[in-house]
Amino acid sequence: MSQEILSLSLSSARDALRIGDIGAVELTEAYIAAVETLRSLNAFITETPELALEMAKASEARLAANEGGAMEGIPIGMKDLFCTEDVLTTAASHILDGFLPTYESTVSANLWNAGAVMLGKTNLDEFAMGSSNMTSHYGSVENPWRTSEEDNKKYVPGGSSGGSASIVAAHGAIAATGTDTGGSIRQPAAFCGIVGMKPTYGRCSRWGVIAFASSLDQAGPLTRTVRDAAIMLGAMAGHDPKDSTSMNLPVPDYEASLSGDLKGMRIGVPKEYRIDGTPADIEALWDEGVDWLKSAGAEVVEISLPHTKYALPAYYIVAPAEASSNLARYDGVRFGLRVDGNNLQEMYENTRSAGFGEEVQRRVMIGSYVLSAGYYDAYYLKAQKVRTRIADDFRQAWDKVDAILTPTTPSAAFAQGEKMDDPIAMYLNDVLTVPASMAGLPAISVPSGLSKDNLPLGLHVIGKPFDEATVLKVGQVIENAAGFTAKPQTIAGG
Amino acid sequence: MALDQEMVRRIATLARIKVPEENLAPLAGELNNIIGWIEQLSEVDTDGVKPMTSVVETVAPQREDVVTDGSAPEKVLKNAPQAETYFYTVPKVIE
Repeated sequence: MSQEILSLSLSSARDALRIGDIGAVELTEAYIAAVETLRSLNAFITETPELALEMAKASEARLAANEGGAMEGIPIGMKDLFCTEDVLTTAASHILDGFLPTYESTVSANLWNAGAVMLGKTNLDEFAMGSSNMTSHYGSVENPWRTSEEDNKKYVPGGSSGGSASIVAAHGAIAATGTDTGGSIRQPAAFCGIVGMKPTYGRCSRWGVIAFASSLDQAGPLTRTVRDAAIMLGAMAGHDPKDSTSMNLPVPDYEASLSGDLKGMRIGVPKEYRIDGTPADIEALWDEGVDWLKSAGAEVVEISLPHTKYALPAYYIVAPAEASSNLARYDGVRFGLRVDGNNLQEMYENTRSAGFGEEVQRRVMIGSYVLSAGYYDAYYLKAQKVRTRIADDFRQAWDKVDAILTPTTPSAAFAQGEKMDDPIAMYLNDVLTVPASMAGLPAISVPSGLSKDNLPLGLHVIGKPFDEATVLKVGQVIENAAGFTAKPQTIAGG
Repeated sequence: MALDQEMVRRIATLARIKVPEENLAPLAGELNNIIGWIEQLSEVDTDGVKPMTSVVETVAPQREDVVTDGSAPEKVLKNAPQAETYFYTVPKVIE
């Protein structure tokens, strides 16, 4: 039974809980046991089994009284970037040692109000800066996938939401939250063979989410199916007066939008996303994706997004600049680590030198440089102008198409340790996801096939602002056509 | 605009990060690689283009200028590495 229970998608588990086929406590107990068997993945920084059981018992009571919410009794992982009241919150950084928030982030509170059960806080790249989950102070996360049973290499789960992606793929959580600044939900989802959705900037509140780059950060779900993503996004989203960039718009019933019918819809394929050196298997999958959408009734047209190649370098000005400002608060005074010095200045410098890892230091320094007197116009202002042009490219595309199809990543997962000595090679992981981030657009990664080495690959659908419903609908058509049923080598109950 | 060791030292001070002397040269190399790669943005014609200030087309919401929160000094200080009687404490700053 345990294996069967762990294989249920969020929507199936929800339905089974509602009709009483399974109990909320039974489901949570199965996941607590699964999490224990999956510890080698290092997907959690903090496990909260006692809290999970307590929440599951409350869910059981609400379900019995027919008062269950949209996520009632569903055990999930919470990325350790969301502040959770009285539960250790680290951002995978040494500098937040022992931080116990006195408040709950809006997104996590929304999920608990919808009945979700917290299994623990998932691992990530330090302050969400990374594409491999190798920069966590709490150690790297392993991808549950390998090329074969005989392959003894360890692969990265992607990042920064690597712990969330790994644990959902390995059936150690039904779903998990992520945050996406330049691809941090979509790239790990692609690498781990699951669904990952970044909604429009402003759809989910950023209040209580530890800030990386405030004009880019968005929370979203990592799930096993597109339907699950629709359900979970609906529970996470909504206006929050505590985040002035959160939009006061109604949240549609996303699940109801999954009609499977693309008749009359136009889908764009941007020619600039055909990058030199893209592996043949990814090109082939993309072509297959086009055929799937045509079969569902969509018209597929080639479009041009001329500033695509400048999105990533512009991102590496904007994101570090905002990070250097946001991370100024870690000064050894208000929370976390303090390393003493002979004076205040030394205390700051010692604390930040010991508390931040290499990649975080690198980005804070780049940010400080591009914002410093004499360089601001040449770098930061220039990047914000390029960003306007990137957003304009998309705006023009929306005159011709309703959604855009691309691959999610330029490669499948790579082995741990690769690309570590070359920051730019690591940054290039996000070359296909960053443009949508720069324009604040909703986008989903759907597992669509296997690479020539048998590792998962994702297709990526980008939509118009606040049109998550279309993104999900197109995503589900791809999911159904792809029929992706392959499972990772490491899987609970498997 | 190549970064030399002196520039890296200046940035490190601005960022309040202690960088050991022997790390300045390798760090200058790394940062130069990244900045050099970013320089390709100069190819983009941005004459007359407004810098993006808000990713979503909207006006900033307004609210009454009233206190909505507060009177929770214990909560505010709960995570402080050092605090005394409702104050954060830091090394002496006045000689």
